Amino acid sequence: MTHSTGIDPNLPQVQASAKPRPKTLQERIDEFPWWVGGIFVIAIGAFYLVTTQTSFGEALNFIRIGIGITITTTLYAYSIALVIGLVAGLGRISRNVVVRNLSTLYVELVRGIPILVLIFYIALVAVPDSLGVFKTLGAWLTSNGLGFIGQPLAAINNDSISLNVRAIIALSVTYGAFLAEIFRAGIQSIGKGQMEAARSLGMSYGQAMRYVILPQAIRNVLPALGNDFVAMVKDSSLVSVLAVRDITQVARLYAGRTFRFREAYTILAILYLGMTLILSLVVRVLERRLHGNSRK
Amino acid sequence: MATAASKNIIEIRNLHKYFGDVQALRGVNLNVERGKVVVIVGPSGSGKSTLLRCINHLEVETEGEVWVDGKRLSEKNKDINSIRAEIGMVFQLFNLFPHLSVLDNIVLAQRVVRGRKKDEAVQIAHEQLKRVGISEKADNFPGQLSGGQQQRVAIARALAMNPKIMLFDEPTSALDPEMIKEVLDVMLALAKDGMTMVCVTHEMGFARAAADEVIFMDHGLIVEKGSPDAVFNHPQEERTKLFLSQILSH
Repeated sequence: MTHSTGIDPNLPQVQASAKPRPKTLQERIDEFPWWVGGIFVIAIGAFYLVTTQTSFGEALNFIRIGIGITITTTLYAYSIALVIGLVAGLGRISRNVVVRNLSTLYVELVRGIPILVLIFYIALVAVPDSLGVFKTLGAWLTSNGLGFIGQPLAAINNDSISLNVRAIIALSVTYGAFLAEIFRAGIQSIGKGQMEAARSLGMSYGQAMRYVILPQAIRNVLPALGNDFVAMVKDSSLVSVLAVRDITQVARLYAGRTFRFREAYTILAILYLGMTLILSLVVRVLERRLHGNSRK
Repeated sequence: MATAASKNIIEIRNLHKYFGDVQALRGVNLNVERGKVVVIVGPSGSGKSTLLRCINHLEVETEGEVWVDGKRLSEKNKDINSIRAEIGMVFQLFNLFPHLSVLDNIVLAQRVVRGRKKDEAVQIAHEQLKRVGISEKADNFPGQLSGGQQQRVAIARALAMNPKIMLFDEPTSALDPEMIKEVLDVMLALAKDGMTMVCVTHEMGFARAAADEVIFMDHGLIVEKGSPDAVFNHPQEERTKLFLSQILSH
């Protein structure tokens, strides 16, 4: 099993160490990515089902209408979550007691509540309640002669914010807390010498963050951000509980209408799998490229 | 009171600094005249680095006053950034910005803090790189340079801001022996040009060659100060003698 490393005087030592030892069959079997084969089998099976069985083809045709909503919901929510996450992540390490504690409170609240419950709560309780506040504020502003701000504020009613928008708000608030922790960890991974060097050159805290700390921190956490994007594609399925017509909701509608549960949910699972696999691949390629470029 | 016109560019009075319960500085008084080179020596934990870091407010004094160029440093001082821009600092571990090229390392603060135009900042960066002798590395990244080269870039970065004072915090302690000289040569040239310098260093050769004043610190206090000859060859205090015998015996 073990190769002797050149005690044998007959072996030319330099050559032996320069050429890699050929892999044994057992090692090749162990290292081969068999799971990729499994993915191929699933892809071919899915293609076969959709092209040969009309019921699967119909299911795909119906359900794919939701792809647009799934993608746009994820993209909007993720972009907003990035902004919330950056602000809250900076807040978590702020020296200002109020800012730091508010940010921590937000992160801990969100992390302690199931996403599904948060989506219900934000869409059906928090949004209507804040609209009530806007209304009161608008009425007060109008009565104080600031009608140009007050009237549009008071005019926003519960119907004018669609469930799609509420779903995006709910997802971004939820993921904002996750991303805040990623940003915080990234910033804290940068040695304090960097901040000191920047400050010693006369930069303000904000300038040092923007030009020195964040560019390095974000580069460090890009893989984690990518992972959370993939996770959000999957969690966007939860917005179907708000009757947002993403692929999950459309699949449920299709199943309920036709009683073809096998077709509906097989297609649904394969659509998610396709999206997440492609995204994971993109993330992995980006990560590798970044790694190749990394300078000490 | 120090004024902008006074000959002392740094005045430190009764400086105390605590880290929690640990007292790093216990009443330091120090004046540095314009154009003078002061070298601070002492055993580790004696407070030399803390003293240096108080001069540009990377450490905030617990008690006492630090005046730089006629301005008092304090927690409330909103001008701290503009005061720091006049004080270059070189760190033991270089602290170059690894995501920026050598040139951009030197350009960044010029543009952000000094508000210089890009062309001007780039030109000054090239001049400073030439001054420290590594013009050819402008487009490299810090990770591709040796320790000595990185430290020279750090010096160029500080000089590009046209500081009135340069602080050196053990600039050669993290370097391999064969790279120490290239950094010391740059520092010697700087001293010869009349730069006001405060250096924490163990390089006695540099201290003898460049220092106007050598300060020996121990346990958060200045024990002895004087010309290099006085402190190194005719130390008065027992603690100074002991320290010198320890570092010169090998």
